[in-house]
Amino acid sequence: METITIDAANLHYTPLNIKIRELIRQGKKRIVLNNICGQRFIGNGIRGDDIEIVINGVPGGDLGMFMSGPTLIVHGNCDHAPGNTMDSGKIVIHGSAGDATAHSMRGGEVFVRDDIGYRGGIHMKEYHGKRPVLVVGGKAGSFIGEYMAGGLLIVLGIDRNTPVRGKGIGSGIHGGKIIIRGDVDENLLGIGAKKEPLSGEDMEDLEKYLKEYCRLFEHDFEDLSGSFYTKIIPASSRPFAGKYCWE
Amino acid sequence: MSTGATPSKYRIKVDHDQCMLCERCIDNCSYGVFRREGQKIAVDSHKCTACHRCIAMCPRDAIELEEKPNDYRSHPVWTREAREAIYKQANSGQIILSGMGNALDYPIIFDRLVLDACQVTNPSIDPLREPMELRTYLGKKPRQIVLDRTKKGDYDLKTKLSPNLMLETPVMIGHMSYGAISLNAQLSMAKAVSELGTFMGTGEGGLHKDLYPYQNHMIVQVASGRFGVDINYLERGSAIEIKIGQGAKPGIGGHLPGEKVEEDVSKTRMIPLHSDAISPAPHHDIYSIEDLAQLVRSLKEATEWKKPVFVKIAAVHNVAAIAAGIARSSADAVVIDGFRGGTGAAPRVFRDHVGIPIEAAIAAVDEKLRHQGIRNEVSLIASGGIRDSADLTKAIALGADAVYIGTAALIAMGCRVCGSCYRGLCPWGIATQRPELVSRINPDEASKNVANLIKGWTLELAELMGAAGINSLESLRGNRDRLRGYMLDEEMMKVLDVKMIGA
Repeated sequence: METITIDAANLHYTPLNIKIRELIRQGKKRIVLNNICGQRFIGNGIRGDDIEIVINGVPGGDLGMFMSGPTLIVHGNCDHAPGNTMDSGKIVIHGSAGDATAHSMRGGEVFVRDDIGYRGGIHMKEYHGKRPVLVVGGKAGSFIGEYMAGGLLIVLGIDRNTPVRGKGIGSGIHGGKIIIRGDVDENLLGIGAKKEPLSGEDMEDLEKYLKEYCRLFEHDFEDLSGSFYTKIIPASSRPFAGKYCWE
Repeated sequence: MSTGATPSKYRIKVDHDQCMLCERCIDNCSYGVFRREGQKIAVDSHKCTACHRCIAMCPRDAIELEEKPNDYRSHPVWTREAREAIYKQANSGQIILSGMGNALDYPIIFDRLVLDACQVTNPSIDPLREPMELRTYLGKKPRQIVLDRTKKGDYDLKTKLSPNLMLETPVMIGHMSYGAISLNAQLSMAKAVSELGTFMGTGEGGLHKDLYPYQNHMIVQVASGRFGVDINYLERGSAIEIKIGQGAKPGIGGHLPGEKVEEDVSKTRMIPLHSDAISPAPHHDIYSIEDLAQLVRSLKEATEWKKPVFVKIAAVHNVAAIAAGIARSSADAVVIDGFRGGTGAAPRVFRDHVGIPIEAAIAAVDEKLRHQGIRNEVSLIASGGIRDSADLTKAIALGADAVYIGTAALIAMGCRVCGSCYRGLCPWGIATQRPELVSRINPDEASKNVANLIKGWTLELAELMGAAGINSLESLRGNRDRLRGYMLDEEMMKVLDVKMIGA
């Protein structure tokens, strides 16, 4: 496959995105971006299931927002909200990501090798064949999966004392599930979230993404597959029912 | 329950001499007030919401409605509303949900402002004879333009202009989502704005495929739930609006109950059938003005800088400073929704007590932007309780570029402001998803009503401008000298920057 390389040193995000779009229009399928340093909005709103963009450096916020189809591979850390409101496609981050990672994502997959900031996977939702998946290898900050309406969020805590230490896991969750390696202190759960053991189906679901994580980041699958996992799901699909009376 | 039953809010009486037992009232009342008992129509007044559907449909004028038939002992503090709210909450322990706009009796500033007209010293203009320039462009205006003189002696514009929306009248219809209102209601308004050369908002409910033919007149909304938002949706809209807040419920999110999420609503919002659609209070990717700028630019990058991006906020105490921040975020327009703005459902305490009136907000925002020299960076769209062409004209004279109407457009389709939108049983087919109720709106007919309303206002606006000797909307905008305060206090007039009558 032909690879097009762009040197993004000192290039503002708008001309960079124009270049990327232009290459996609020309039918180019694989683009490598070198010297990325804080350029935001890379791959915003681009389409095409067969497009792959390799990002060498540290992209700025909203990486792949509204993206529909392509794969973004980041060799470096990410800023605020990679995969924001993403529709489909895949983001692989060989590093850590900032707050609101996979915010409001409707479909596609985001794999983060290391840690994420606060509010990861907040308000993810699923629809028909679309099911968003966020896999975090390290730890996640507070409020993960808050208001989650669908999808799957996995936090592994590899080489960390605990995958999630912050409070408010799944506050207001009304769909989807969160799977965390190890046990989770009841006190960390948000309002509307409850713990449950994993079913056989959950294990299958989990293993599929663990294998993919291990493949992407060359991690030992046995290291993860033997662990104990906790599932967090909505206590009710209607967290706000019963809150209101009529005037 | 120790509180006992509270008296019904309305009393329905059927005049049995007039009644011909056609049962139209039974068919039309979705709240179940009427039933047939032998040779007469029996009623249960407790179920009545005063929507007037029965009265409007009765062929014999046989139905009478009386508000508050049973008095409480009158008391200036412990009003009926205060007492009944307490009974409700004493029995439920819940938040009181309400519909439509602010129902408290605050003074309306628009009604304390009067417009000017020419007499003798400068002639008024007859809009019949003279052209009236009502066209409005919404979006960024360049601070300066650079022209290049060509060899032929013509001039080429060198300045790159930002995308603007062109409105033939400064009246648009605000964002009411599919889900909150019916598809037929949205279709009616979409047809009307397309015919008139103006725009309407989609609300946070996605864009139904039946509205695609009108997409060049639709402003698509991105709110905190991101329902129905994908790249196709953003590309279809003529502009994109980020909703931060709403005048009817500033500071809180929205919640469409699963019952209203039937098949088409589910498809359009892109959420599973019958699942609750919960919009969080904040956008969780916007925790600061810098984050807002990031979302504005993100939307522009995603749509290749072809669409204007608006930011809508509720009018709250520091609205001017917030709007100044928005003006620096690359946004093309700021929408200010005053505390009289309507809603399908809001906690009553928010609807009635949070936020400030639109009149003061327009004046404060326009002034702040002018003083900071950034008024050209954003257009100012005002909404929240615009009732007629007088409010429209005064809003523009205070500094707005255009207005959004909401409730007024619904009233044009039959709404009687009964305020029970959240029940999903709207007998006028507006705030409901029940097919048998939705079919009561014929979009071909209702669109004419909506278009007529906006046409009527536009004619009146032209007449008012002509009378004031103004032939262009540009000359009315922010022209506070053509307003005078009548029975407004001095401080209020300072905020509005208008003089007292007689001055």
